[in-house]
Amino acid sequence: MSDMAQPNRLPAGGAIEGRVDRNRPLAFTFDGKSYSGYAGDTLASALIAAGVKLIGRSFKYHRPRGIFSAGPEEPNALIELRGGARREPNTRATTIELYDGLEAASQNRWPSLAFDILAINQIASPLFVGGFYYKTFMWPASFWEKVYEPLIRRAAGLGRASESPDPDHYEKAYAFCDVLVVGSGPAGLAAALAAGRSGARVILCEDDAQLGGRLLSERQTIDDAPAHLFAAAAGGELRSLPNVCVMSRTQVFGAYDSEVYGALERVADHVTAPAAGVPRQRFWHIAAKRCVNAMGATERPIVFGGNDRPGVMLASAVRTYLNRFGVLPGRKAVVFTTNDDGWRTAADLVAAGAQVEAVVDPRASVDENLTKAAAAGGVRVLLGGYIVNVTGGARGVTSAIVSVAGKRQILTADLVAVSGGWNPQVALTTHRGGKPRWSDALSTFVPGDLPDGMTVAGAANGDLGLAESLRKGSEAGAAAAAACGFSAAPAPQPRAEDEPTAVAPLWHVAESRHKAFVDLQNDVTADDITLAHAEGFRSIEHLKRYTTLGMATDQGKTSNLNGHAMMAALTGQAMSDVGTILSRPPHQPVAIGAFAGHHRDRHFRPTRHTAGHAWALENGAVMVEAGPWLRPQYFPRSGEKDWLTTVVREVRTVRSVVGVCDVSTLGRIDIQGRDAAAFLDRVYVNTFSTLPVGKARYGVMLREDGFVMDDGTTSRFAEDHYVMSTTTANAAKIMQHLEFCHQALWPELDVSMVSVTEQWSQYAVAGPKARELLMQLYGPDVDLSNDALPYMGCREIPLRGIPTRLFRISFSGELAYELAVPARYGAAVLEALMALCGALGGCPYGTEAQSVMRIEKGHVAGNELNGQTVARDLGLGRMMSTKRDYIGRVMAGRPALMAPDRPTLVGIRPVEKGRRLTAGAHILPGGAAAVAANDQGYVTSVAYSPTCEGWIGLALVVNGPARHGERVHAFDAMRNNDQDVVICSPVFVDPEGVRLRG
Amino acid sequence: MGTFSFGSLLRNAMAGHKDWPRQWRAPDPKPAYDAIIVGAGGHGLATAYYLAKEHGVRNVAVLEKGWLGGGNTGRNTTIIRSNYLWEESEALYDHAVKLWEGLSHELNYNVMYSPRGVLMLAHNIHDIQVFKRHVHANRLAGIDNEWLTAEQAKEFCPPLNIAPGMRYPVLGAALRRRGGVARYDAVAWGYARAADRLGVDIIQNCEVKGIRRDANGAVTGVETTRGDIATKKIGVVAAGHTSVVMSMADVRMPLESFPLQALVSEPVKPVMPCVVMSNTIHAYISQSDKGELVIGAGTDQYISYSQTGGLHITTHTLDAICELFPMFRRMRMLRNWGGIVDVTPDRSPIIGKTPVPGLFVNCGWGTGGFKATPGSGHVFAATIARDEPHPIAAPFTMERFVTGRLIDEAAAAAVAH
Ligand SMILES: Cc1cc2nc3c(=O)[nH]c(=O)nc-3n(C[C@H](O)[C@H](O)[C@H](O)COP(=O)(O)OP(=O)(O)OC[C@H]3O[C@@H](n4cnc5c(N)ncnc54)[C@H](O)[C@@H]3O)c2cc1C
Repeated sequence: MSDMAQPNRLPAGGAIEGRVDRNRPLAFTFDGKSYSGYAGDTLASALIAAGVKLIGRSFKYHRPRGIFSAGPEEPNALIELRGGARREPNTRATTIELYDGLEAASQNRWPSLAFDILAINQIASPLFVGGFYYKTFMWPASFWEKVYEPLIRRAAGLGRASESPDPDHYEKAYAFCDVLVVGSGPAGLAAALAAGRSGARVILCEDDAQLGGRLLSERQTIDDAPAHLFAAAAGGELRSLPNVCVMSRTQVFGAYDSEVYGALERVADHVTAPAAGVPRQRFWHIAAKRCVNAMGATERPIVFGGNDRPGVMLASAVRTYLNRFGVLPGRKAVVFTTNDDGWRTAADLVAAGAQVEAVVDPRASVDENLTKAAAAGGVRVLLGGYIVNVTGGARGVTSAIVSVAGKRQILTADLVAVSGGWNPQVALTTHRGGKPRWSDALSTFVPGDLPDGMTVAGAANGDLGLAESLRKGSEAGAAAAAACGFSAAPAPQPRAEDEPTAVAPLWHVAESRHKAFVDLQNDVTADDITLAHAEGFRSIEHLKRYTTLGMATDQGKTSNLNGHAMMAALTGQAMSDVGTILSRPPHQPVAIGAFAGHHRDRHFRPTRHTAGHAWALENGAVMVEAGPWLRPQYFPRSGEKDWLTTVVREVRTVRSVVGVCDVSTLGRIDIQGRDAAAFLDRVYVNTFSTLPVGKARYGVMLREDGFVMDDGTTSRFAEDHYVMSTTTANAAKIMQHLEFCHQALWPELDVSMVSVTEQWSQYAVAGPKARELLMQLYGPDVDLSNDALPYMGCREIPLRGIPTRLFRISFSGELAYELAVPARYGAAVLEALMALCGALGGCPYGTEAQSVMRIEKGHVAGNELNGQTVARDLGLGRMMSTKRDYIGRVMAGRPALMAPDRPTLVGIRPVEKGRRLTAGAHILPGGAAAVAANDQGYVTSVAYSPTCEGWIGLALVVNGPARHGERVHAFDAMRNNDQDVVICSPVFVDPEGVRLRG
Repeated sequence: MGTFSFGSLLRNAMAGHKDWPRQWRAPDPKPAYDAIIVGAGGHGLATAYYLAKEHGVRNVAVLEKGWLGGGNTGRNTTIIRSNYLWEESEALYDHAVKLWEGLSHELNYNVMYSPRGVLMLAHNIHDIQVFKRHVHANRLAGIDNEWLTAEQAKEFCPPLNIAPGMRYPVLGAALRRRGGVARYDAVAWGYARAADRLGVDIIQNCEVKGIRRDANGAVTGVETTRGDIATKKIGVVAAGHTSVVMSMADVRMPLESFPLQALVSEPVKPVMPCVVMSNTIHAYISQSDKGELVIGAGTDQYISYSQTGGLHITTHTLDAICELFPMFRRMRMLRNWGGIVDVTPDRSPIIGKTPVPGLFVNCGWGTGGFKATPGSGHVFAATIARDEPHPIAAPFTMERFVTGRLIDEAAAAAVAH
């Protein structure tokens, strides 16, 4: 035929020439060899054009494999696409749009595709039956780990993943519409037109680069013109409608709860590499009121001997290669079909100039028109016949052995086109648990229970005729739009025919004696099904797992039904009782990186900055993660030799002069309403209704099961207005908890709450000169004396017109305040504070110094509020109201939680002065053996205390408070820091609290 | 005949694999049994096996509403480890790990127990402190658990990203070397086959619909979709549906059922040598012998019995995988599914007697019970046979939620597995 480089390309201008762009030749390589194709080709069609038959090796037996299909159902032609960091293993050649410079390589073979050592597995194949590995590899016992498993692992797997980070990026996008139409075959186009013309917001997703579905592959007509022209015109109209969004190269891969659909748009997979700034793929989260599922159907093969040889191809795929791509997959063909549709392949092959040796159809009689047309094309018709075996090898099919009425004949052929009928794509209807329904008429499963909001039209619903697909699609589109409140005058139906589609089921040619494959990719044979049956793996789920049927990257698109039907035949069950495997998302595999999108590296999770962030950086702060926030950990000065030196200085400065710490990250919740006080009384263990206006109180909250959930101070600004503070880590959780309590438990309470963490900046000002500093800030008109703002008082005070809140609370144990200002003034106020602070000889301090001071004061924090402690364990038992009910009260009263021998908060000091303590060390009685039975608790927090001039710690120890003064052992095998410690009071500094009241 | 070995495989291969017997029978239910196990997951089947093997109770039926091994046993990510926090849990899970070591031989079924090491990543100071405490607690209990620096963790698992530019950098890891994975189907099938050979009837497609009791409240039998069956002892091992079954005997369980999702990638040649878990950023991963990356998520946020889960949960998990393993970004997710896990308030299981005489329950394994399968079955069988808790099971009573004597593994089980 045509040119040397593409020997199987049909000549331009012939009866069948395809629709690739012959003016745009493209160069590509496969296994290092150069080839050429045209724009509009897939890698598969270009390889066929070039005469390449052998594409890969099978998973287990390493049998030679070629191209089996023309779509995403491809089980055989898997290749490694691209190279280096962009290497994509297991890529289906049938779905890759050809681009200039494309590089592809075969996989799962060594040393080469043509000569693959592991093809020796074919000789040992009698051993490698389904599930063989469960029966052996057990002796000697130590060999499994050392010998067998590594061998299996190396042999398994298909392609090789890239070994460096993906250089491309992915984008996430969200879309909302009235009607989502999935698939742009005749039904999908008709549905999108009907819905789009009504004015509804429509999204049409098509996996292929072009709209049209089967219309692109068939020689049918619509309105007396070639059907692909209808697709082009419909696409044009849809694109012109402002309310319609057409997304090609977009796979809808899953249906999820709340009518959400996951879709993947391949933005730059059809070029060598994405242009700068362009994502490789876009991950869509589409919320659609209605969905018209028009995903079409997949042709199913037939199981017979040698049905995996390169050159055995789905009959519909042959038509696609001819009509769409203008390539000839074989010159001498045998068509094996159980249905009328398959006969069209014979007709198209003849029209393309190929020789068709015979149409083999197991049915005893078929429509006369079919046989007449075949005869006219010089094609033999073998009714009542079966292909029992196909011979050939790595170079492809050489002949088909056909049995008719017990007589065998050998037909030479290089192409065997197979059709066992069509399976509607039910996947999307099953993702949310819907069960498909068996149709005797079609011998397949059709959609059964549908997820909310979804209708199915066209071949996806088992309506295989063209006219019917157009009509049903149009009805479904109009109905979906109507359900969203849109209507349009019905448009005239395009004229088309319903071609014959009669089918008689045939799953497996029982006469076949050679290896007959059910699942091509996973090398599951007909014998494996028989074996599974014999061994009792008869439920289709057991069959799947025992033989791995349908578990390959094609998810059984061409194999499940045949396998299930073969099992049904063995058990004598009806298919409606056998059922089918519910498919799981994604419909086709989706890159993991697409899910993550730009949520990677620094953007993996949002980073929150306080208003004082820039100031902290400018002043040399070392930052540390605190939940989603970054906080200054300490502020090193030049000449300080390590972090400890810095922290010691910061603590000393606060304790002797004054310091300022950004505490904006603590959660703040504004709570208002007539019942605000009653509400707080129910969520805190202590009482807040008695808190006077203008006062703050430390509160503890329990979980329902009685364990401490969180703590913080809550202040009252009016009878019906409180401001709660939470720990940084629990800010969101407490907000959720309060909302739950209000909405689900006590909706009758008149209270509302809102998180205001981000609305306020808050600074702790602590140290003997804290008052002086604030008086300078506020000026002489504001009275901050002990009487005007006593310990645990709070006031709203304007600062040069800015509303501020001043709380006299202390975490450090010093005279201390917390100053809250609206966040937009946060940076300015911090600067003003720091200028005054510096002038007084104070300094900023970070979380490290804060932590040292809270340990010195015996205040509990995250390490002690670890979800496993009750209030009593923390020495907070007396706070628990005995008069009222509150969340967690009953469960906190359980006997074991009241037991005196629970680990309880104590302080510890090293026996050996100057020795460093380590958190996480376990406490054992002095001299006791290091075994779990002697475990008496553990060290929760440690710090070097400048005030005590030595290491101190907090610990939870059995019977703790009764053991002050006792010498015990701190077990730290990991860091070789075993040592004796002495139990003491957890309050190391100013136990009477003189300073904070000063 | 029927013993699996290389020899028997070879013999059968030569005979065209025509002579393999059924791995288990498909009996009709008898009118009565000495004991009935509800639920043919790994735990239920193991219970039946040990009842027959170690306690001579062979007149046992395991009733399964679907197909055996089709519950969480057949949906989980198979991580096996025993570095829990409390002595009680350590004893239970370590008992299981010891049984895992010899399980393939015990059952004459290759369960592919593969102790390739479990790394738990620490991403912040709090994690480090918690993990170090765990390491100490485990050492006290004689269980291996080591602390690795980030560099050592990367050496152990080369694809791991420990770049300091990460949002939550890897600061270190706890390593349990004898932790690993096993083949879940083989566990269910191996126990089923071994129990069947000892005379246990495994009855599939037989849903328990009611529990019958006498005037004293003691159990007398079950009502099923395949008829009524009499028995004096019932062991309920129904995972996510335990509350439903127990309510048939008017027992309210301290359980909540959540969907838990997992997914696999396409199979590739070996890239991932061990198991990696991160509780802080919610993901865990290993590679199956078939070559698929096996990835798990945290539970969905809402209680539900639907075996599908939210898309955002999958997304959240894969964000974390990409963060930890940037070289897996281009690999593709092949299949995503969910199971229903039964979660107790303290994240530890409930194994033992119930207020109803003759009714026993083994549940609450939540997101992490696969690892315990042999141990759980072993101690539960003893509990049923002797009508008193096995010493290892004794702390795991239902009463602990009344007394407050909890075994709080919330931190150890936060995601996970
Ligand atoms: C996605 C996922 C990942 C997980 N990952 C891990 C992991 O990495 N490591 C780990 O250790 N654990 C993991 N787990 C948890 C683990 O799977 C379970 O804890 C364990 O398998 C439970 O075993 P089982 O036998 O109790 O339950 P199942 O296997 O669920 O068995 C219970 C059986 O009871 C049957 N049943 C229920 N109701 C009835 C009835 N009325 N009548 C008859 N039969 C009934 C069910 O059909 C089911 O077969 C995971 C779980 C999930 C879902």
